[in-house]
Amino acid sequence: MYQYILKRLLLMIPTLLGAALLVFLLLRLVPGDVCVLRMAGGAGYVDPKAIDLCHAELGLDRSYVVQFLDFIWGFVRFDFGKSMWTGRPIVEEVALRFELSLQIAIMATLTAIMLAIPLGTISAVKQNTWIDYVVRAFSIAGIAMPSFWLGVLIILGLLITSKSVFGSPWMPPIKYVPLWVDPLHNLSMTIFPALATGYRYSAVATRMTRSALLEVLREDYVRTARAKGLVQKLIIRRHALGNALLPVVTIIGIEFAFLMGGLVVTEQVFNLNGLGKLFVASVTNHDYTMTQALVMLVAAIFVVTNFVVDIVYAWLDPRIRYK
Amino acid sequence: MTIATDLGTKVELTDERKAPSRLSAIGRFARRNPLGAAGGAVIIVMVLVAMFADFIAPYNPVANAFDRMHEPPSLENWLGTDQYGRDVFSRIVYGARTALLVGFASSFVGATFGLVLGVASAYFSGKIDLILQRIIDIFMAFPLIIMALAVIAIFGTGAQNVIIAITIPFIPRCARVVRSSALAIRELPYIDAARANGFSHTRIILRHMIPNVMAPFLIMITAFVGQAILLEASLSYLGLGVQEPTPAWGLMLQGGAEEYAESAPWIAIFPGIAISLAVFGFSLFGDALRDEFDPRLRSL
Amino acid sequence: MNLAKYLRAASIIAVGAAVAIGFSGAPGQAAPKKGGILNFVVPDEPPSWDGHRETTFALIHPFAPFYSLLIKVNPENPSSPTDFVCDLCTEMPTPTDGGRTYTFKIKQGVKFHDGTPLTAQDVVASYKKIIFPPEGTTSARVAYFVMVDSVSAPDDHTVVFKLKYPSGAFIPALATPYNFIYSKAKLDQDIRWYEKNVMGSGPFKFAGREAGASVRGERNNDYHVPGQPYLDGFEAIFSNKQAVRVQAIRGDRAAIEFRGFPPKSRDDLVEALGGDITVQESDWNCVLLFTPNHKKKPFDDVRVRRALTLAVDRWDGSKSLSRIAIVKAVGGVVFPGHPLAATKAELEQIPGFWPDINKSRAEAKRLLQEAGVSDLTFVLSNRAVDQPYTIVGTWLIDQWRQIGVTVEQKMEPTGPFYARLRSQDFDVTMDFNCQSVVNPLLDIGKFLSTDIGNESYGGYTDRDLDKIFEAMNRAPEEAEQRKLMRQFEKRVLDEQAHSFVTLWWNRIIPHRSYVKGWKISPSHYLNQDLANVWLDK
Repeated sequence: MYQYILKRLLLMIPTLLGAALLVFLLLRLVPGDVCVLRMAGGAGYVDPKAIDLCHAELGLDRSYVVQFLDFIWGFVRFDFGKSMWTGRPIVEEVALRFELSLQIAIMATLTAIMLAIPLGTISAVKQNTWIDYVVRAFSIAGIAMPSFWLGVLIILGLLITSKSVFGSPWMPPIKYVPLWVDPLHNLSMTIFPALATGYRYSAVATRMTRSALLEVLREDYVRTARAKGLVQKLIIRRHALGNALLPVVTIIGIEFAFLMGGLVVTEQVFNLNGLGKLFVASVTNHDYTMTQALVMLVAAIFVVTNFVVDIVYAWLDPRIRYK
Repeated sequence: MTIATDLGTKVELTDERKAPSRLSAIGRFARRNPLGAAGGAVIIVMVLVAMFADFIAPYNPVANAFDRMHEPPSLENWLGTDQYGRDVFSRIVYGARTALLVGFASSFVGATFGLVLGVASAYFSGKIDLILQRIIDIFMAFPLIIMALAVIAIFGTGAQNVIIAITIPFIPRCARVVRSSALAIRELPYIDAARANGFSHTRIILRHMIPNVMAPFLIMITAFVGQAILLEASLSYLGLGVQEPTPAWGLMLQGGAEEYAESAPWIAIFPGIAISLAVFGFSLFGDALRDEFDPRLRSL
Repeated sequence: MNLAKYLRAASIIAVGAAVAIGFSGAPGQAAPKKGGILNFVVPDEPPSWDGHRETTFALIHPFAPFYSLLIKVNPENPSSPTDFVCDLCTEMPTPTDGGRTYTFKIKQGVKFHDGTPLTAQDVVASYKKIIFPPEGTTSARVAYFVMVDSVSAPDDHTVVFKLKYPSGAFIPALATPYNFIYSKAKLDQDIRWYEKNVMGSGPFKFAGREAGASVRGERNNDYHVPGQPYLDGFEAIFSNKQAVRVQAIRGDRAAIEFRGFPPKSRDDLVEALGGDITVQESDWNCVLLFTPNHKKKPFDDVRVRRALTLAVDRWDGSKSLSRIAIVKAVGGVVFPGHPLAATKAELEQIPGFWPDINKSRAEAKRLLQEAGVSDLTFVLSNRAVDQPYTIVGTWLIDQWRQIGVTVEQKMEPTGPFYARLRSQDFDVTMDFNCQSVVNPLLDIGKFLSTDIGNESYGGYTDRDLDKIFEAMNRAPEEAEQRKLMRQFEKRVLDEQAHSFVTLWWNRIIPHRSYVKGWKISPSHYLNQDLANVWLDK
């Protein structure tokens, strides 16, 4: 087992290194320049000397090899440097956004679980009845609707209904306050995007629950239980669901990792100052250091989640370890 | 429609069962899988609309008509007009073309590259497999939209670049799925036999491996089309997708959806419905295909 | 100067059921109330906090309240291009030495937020950084001060500017809202200290920033204007989606946005909130241009370039687009309504402004045919900003469609868009000229030859044009300036067809009616120190 864990751990290194190289190269392929942009974002005269100075100061005049090694060396020491755009430490820039993204990701995941498991179960148990069809249609509608469209409709709905019910229009706050500072403010901001994303992400998990459960229901031990005359409900709860949950949890885990960086569009609609928005901004600003740090953060979360999933699988199923 | 027929042929090849006729095969499929059939119907309608857009659309989708701005749905403009006075219905009809073009092109190209990589990875195994898998891991570590954004940042906007941006993140996802199917086939005796006969790698891959992973390949194409349409819409929302005045659903929601959502809701509602319906159709149909032919692909 | 005429054009109007704007400083006005926090939304966070190097309004809105200026536009009359008042000085100076020396007396007893006194030395240090930036610093406005020879402080309360030649452009340049007065001590310690820190003498003290989310300010009790500011503080909230900013005002998460909303959003807000919304509107010293690349075929042919402008129906565009975009006035190279601007009759002489669009389009088609490119196709480069770039771009494409020219639009975010402009890698590009203090003599520097122009991207060299500009800037009389301006305009828009004006922007600020004291100006850069703003709650 330890050997297996060690092997998996070592495999993370090339993946992260590869991700680092990939993002490094991709960024340098993007036409444009942070210095030009920073100095001439609006109108105005820009001294070419100033741009050279800016390049020198940000280390952009060094060769790509040196820049890359510098980036990796910093990453290894957990020193992410400063944002090329704002000149502030990346840790400071990311901290607040990370908190928000994490909260939304957790809340959305909880929503997804609370929707997916009961719906998936009903759907499997009532396979090929109208209940099954309705549940499946409902969950697929979640992926089919563009998330920004849903977001716009939610906000507009809130504004209109609050106006007609309370007399003055209400919308979620547009500025984040941590949960422990003002829970009400915090929740009234995060709940809607979390529900919208959670609904969306529940679709895959619902389908997974359904098919995993269907598979388990065909297994011998369930048939045995049924033959013994156990009540359907009991069978599902005690025997089937437990065994079907593993793949469901896996898929939710992996989606959680994506939620941390992939809420680009939803964050725009609800004005959430999260990692996705920061990512879009730093790509548009050619903020190399910031984009690199963000990509590495998301990649690291993804790789670690996968690692944990693998270990859990190996722990449950010894065959995997020896493969 | 094309897919359905294509698949029909494929089924006859892989399944030993003799299907009495193609039509009744479709009928049985519809009975077993009413949701899938509904999805299929949506796809057929969409393809027809895109093909005959010139005949269906009553107006030029790009001509401004400032004397008819923000007209609500009426007999002249069935779904109203937008902020430039353009007919929303005509733009949705032509938008089906853009959606299908982006959707099919990116999912087809992405899945094809994925197919080649996945099969090669499974067939050669060993070092090549290990390296390919690591590369795929790297690409998979980027959320779909982030990868697409990076590609757009490099190539710029426009329909062609949007297709590239959507294709690239699809490749590793497809390769992974194909590889797992191909691994199973590789262990089958007849591949060993082929190798023992001294057939070339190319021949074994083309003649024996690829035909046997066609089912997951086609299922994936269908499932990806929906995702691609959505991704295109998201990119448009961020201002990075297809550009005005091209008629495209995602683009119609950008600006219009937000600014006029309340006072001229038809500008926002109808393209949104078109996208949802299309993605809904492709997802349902993809699901049904999967249930039918390859239940192992459930996590796709 | 005919100020009255100008003021009429840039008049402020109240729309719909909104309460008539009552804070024009008329006697009998309610006294300002003290207290309260003003929340406002800003589309973006600025890259650095140093006003001297930045050019974006995203810096002005959150950071201008922390600083004092030497002189500023009159907050009671911000629409005037000539009404400047002292901020840190005691009285607007009369130039001596034949218009070449300006002597400012600095207010006594002004304190920086850290308690240190502000003297003439600080003003000089700040202006030296702006006009003669030392190695290692960037100043975005060196070009504004080409006429300045030296700036010095004979004593702690006097600042003297010596000019190389008398120039009407000097005082407006001085009032540029980015010319924050910094502390000499801080600059001596680190000339770039202000890029990441705030320490001024303005009405508000810096109270914190949350990365990407907001900037907060709190009242400066030692502010050099007694009784001001009225607010306890403000919070600038960043929000890059326009729809969110509009909704924020509707849901009262913010009271105002200082850049400008499109007409439809204004109507929606008025419709939803009635008297709780007040609308202020003004012409805007920003204009969208389109510029063909003179180095690229077939745009090296003046006939092709003229055809492009002839196809565009500006008079009709003004009527239609002003309903969906933040553009309105038809004008030439000079801010409409300014004494130097072309009159309607003068405009109608210029191709693309002819009253008869059919005649104009027929001429365009003829020119294209003559040039052998009647089925012209090209790519229009544009900036991926909805208002008004995308809308005007889409409109232009439809205008060109009507003379048989097929155009594809290529939208890019600011960065790549600029990269493309600077490397002249485009067929025809959307271009813009956006300035703060209305100062046409300098503002039209945009159209000069590419090597000396202020962000001139067309890739042309036209020394005759440059000469007219020189002469105009040294001409003492307005009549003479005006005559030269017509020559300049004709050369740019007609004879040489270098670059074309589309429509001038129209600034619409619908805000919560409880925000009082703030007055719209023709620039979103101006009049933003919030010292005289108060909340009527």
